[in-house]
Amino acid sequence: MTTQQQPAVLMEDVHKWFGNFHVLKAINLDVAVGERVVICGPSGSGKSTVVRCINYLERHQQGRIVVDGVELTSNRKTAARIRSEVGMVFQQFNLFPHLSVLQNLTLGPIHSRGLSQAEAEERAMEYLDRVHIPEQADKRPAQLSGGQQQRVAIARSLCMEPKIMLFDEPTSALDPEMIAEVLDVMIELADEGMTMVVVTHEMGFARRAADKMVFMDEGQIVETGTPDQFFDAPETERCRQFLQQILHH
Amino acid sequence: MLLCSILLLTGCGNSNLKWYVVSPATEQGRINLKFLLSGTKDTLLMSLLALGISIFVGLLIAIPGIARQKPLRATNVVYVELVRSIPLLPLILWVYYGLPEIAGVQLDYFWAGVFALALSDSAFEAEIFRAGIQSIPKGQSEAGRTVGLNYFQTMWYVVLPQAIRRILPALGNQFAYMVKMSALVSVIGLQELTRRANELIVTEYRALEIYTILIIEYLVIILIIGQGVRWLERKMGSDELNAGR
Repeated sequence: MTTQQQPAVLMEDVHKWFGNFHVLKAINLDVAVGERVVICGPSGSGKSTVVRCINYLERHQQGRIVVDGVELTSNRKTAARIRSEVGMVFQQFNLFPHLSVLQNLTLGPIHSRGLSQAEAEERAMEYLDRVHIPEQADKRPAQLSGGQQQRVAIARSLCMEPKIMLFDEPTSALDPEMIAEVLDVMIELADEGMTMVVVTHEMGFARRAADKMVFMDEGQIVETGTPDQFFDAPETERCRQFLQQILHH
Repeated sequence: MLLCSILLLTGCGNSNLKWYVVSPATEQGRINLKFLLSGTKDTLLMSLLALGISIFVGLLIAIPGIARQKPLRATNVVYVELVRSIPLLPLILWVYYGLPEIAGVQLDYFWAGVFALALSDSAFEAEIFRAGIQSIPKGQSEAGRTVGLNYFQTMWYVVLPQAIRRILPALGNQFAYMVKMSALVSVIGLQELTRRANELIVTEYRALEIYTILIIEYLVIILIIGQGVRWLERKMGSDELNAGR
């Protein structure tokens, strides 16, 4: 690895408005290759929007976003290329309910990567193994528990062999007893060196896996730091309050 | 089933009704029945073709209806509002008598009927498809995009299969409606079920009996279609049902 390596994600002075609502205000963020960034903050602070801008599900209106060396512009091909290099895991899983688990995993690789059915299925089984549910391959998503569904969603993203994985509150829709199985998979992924941007309030996961913590409030990045700095000595009052609320209740 | 109904009506009909004109028990009755039934093929074929075309065109019109760009959405609105405002009977007459003068194209009875039915129905299909597509959560197409599918792949592999399951009952409605509306094509002379009935009445003078048979013919066809659609619904929806949703 060279010291001059370009960042996986670079956001420079990014602004976004939903109508008159200024959701992102001058966001500057860089994510190095192999780095794990955890974004937290109160709801409505714009953290999901940041993640959605990175794979161009939302368009920013001002500033620059460079992903894997390619700047996001309104060019359709660029967006498609970026999306296939960037995996995304949603709060609501968003599995395809009309397809089997295996078909959920092979759809992208077959139609976007051009893999044959057999190659795609082999790869799919490999990743189902990695998320510890190979035996569910032929079931429909609705037959699985929430935790299993989210692990399938992670495997579905991994099947595209992305360079970066985005997680948008991946455990917020899960029953408490299923959160651990999903976080375990995410920690394994982090340990393997995947570049990850994770929006979550799971501070145990953040302490364990994050290289960098980002705290957002009202569309701005209020504080960044290493997990140790962040949890033990937060600089801003706003951040201190937030941590107190989520850690002590 | 058809024969049973006829026999029942023949048996309990009052003395003013002359059921023998369509009775399978007499030679002339059998000839007449055969004549009436000979319209089935055109009615069914015309409805099926028109349905196929209108589903295809309806889908093509629905897609711009959900686009982000205003001009595309406007195309959808103009088409739907315009086409669904045209009454079917004048449209059939216009296609058959008007097209030759305007476009120099003379369609025969059959294709004029198919064209008019398909055109008229396509606006309704477009709205059904638009509603179906819009009922699928946005997260589905987002998930499709994040696994690298482009817009049309996302539509084809992710959104439409789910949308079609939801709109199947409405599509069944349109099919039944189409079969009934195809009766109007009799006015330009296509020898489908209704035309056959009218022709037989001219020689037999028994309107009530013959129209009763005609209604039963439509009834049977549409009952069969209804069962077919229900079967398809069960088959396609079984995934979700198995999962207990």
